[in-house]
Amino acid sequence: MHPYLQALAGGAMIGASASILWVFHGRIAGISGIVGELFTRKPDGVSWRVAFLTGLLTGGVALGWFAPERITTLPDTSPIWMVAAGLLVGAGTRIGNGCTSGHGVCGIPRGSRRSLTATLTFIGVGMLTVGVMRALGGLS
Amino acid sequence: MRALLAFAAGLLFALGLGLSQMTQPEVVLGFLDLANFNPTLIFVMIGAVATHALPTWWALRRGRPLLDDELHLPTATALDAPLIGGAVLFGIGWGLAGYCPGPALVSAASGSEQALLLVGSMFVGMASVQGVRRWSPAARRVKKAHAAHPSTDGALRGL
Repeated sequence: MHPYLQALAGGAMIGASASILWVFHGRIAGISGIVGELFTRKPDGVSWRVAFLTGLLTGGVALGWFAPERITTLPDTSPIWMVAAGLLVGAGTRIGNGCTSGHGVCGIPRGSRRSLTATLTFIGVGMLTVGVMRALGGLS
Repeated sequence: MRALLAFAAGLLFALGLGLSQMTQPEVVLGFLDLANFNPTLIFVMIGAVATHALPTWWALRRGRPLLDDELHLPTATALDAPLIGGAVLFGIGWGLAGYCPGPALVSAASGSEQALLLVGSMFVGMASVQGVRRWSPAARRVKKAHAAHPSTDGALRGL
């Protein structure tokens, strides 16, 4: 199957996953929100969050076993960049109340102005970041 | 039943990310790289948004989900500084490594050392935002108000 068709099919699976959480649980399938809420003092809805994350991590283990070619890493990237990126992703998604899944996949079909704004912002800034890193000679 | 469905949703999400190559940071960075553009992520978004659109509308029209009393919708509506500022920080991190939270967790579970490192510091980032929120002057004001008037309990959620 062509990679673009696989991307469409994989996207449909992500959309179906978000639909299960929305139609049955009334919850938004935003990964940063599902994880981030667990860092609060009184998390709301722990059981479905833990169940969802268990499924997500089980899927990761399965991919590692059965389709390891799907899990790649960037060549010649210093661990320092991974740590910096992780801090920015973690803090940014909590401050901005969502990531690619919560704002992009769930917020856009709901017609949320905030989600559309956030999505356009992080895509634009992401493009700018890649451009700057390229100009500076890469991540190594 | 609720937990089983949530587990299935998580599994489906991870396998969808794998099939659509979103667990391959070079593919994600290709979408963000205008000089060497890879449109794969656009197809993922089209597939996801198109599939999720009808169920989104259906549950909103019904007014409540099938296994809970209410739709847990975000209450904020303003295009404010935290929304934009948070999206900017996230965009920088996303552009540096090619990982957003979902693919990072999935890749970390598969044993990728890069992703494990990123997820570890992502947790630190998330927890520090929570810590700042808890100890910020605004949060302390809410707590004081709560001590004086316990009925404001709802305002404490998420701190």
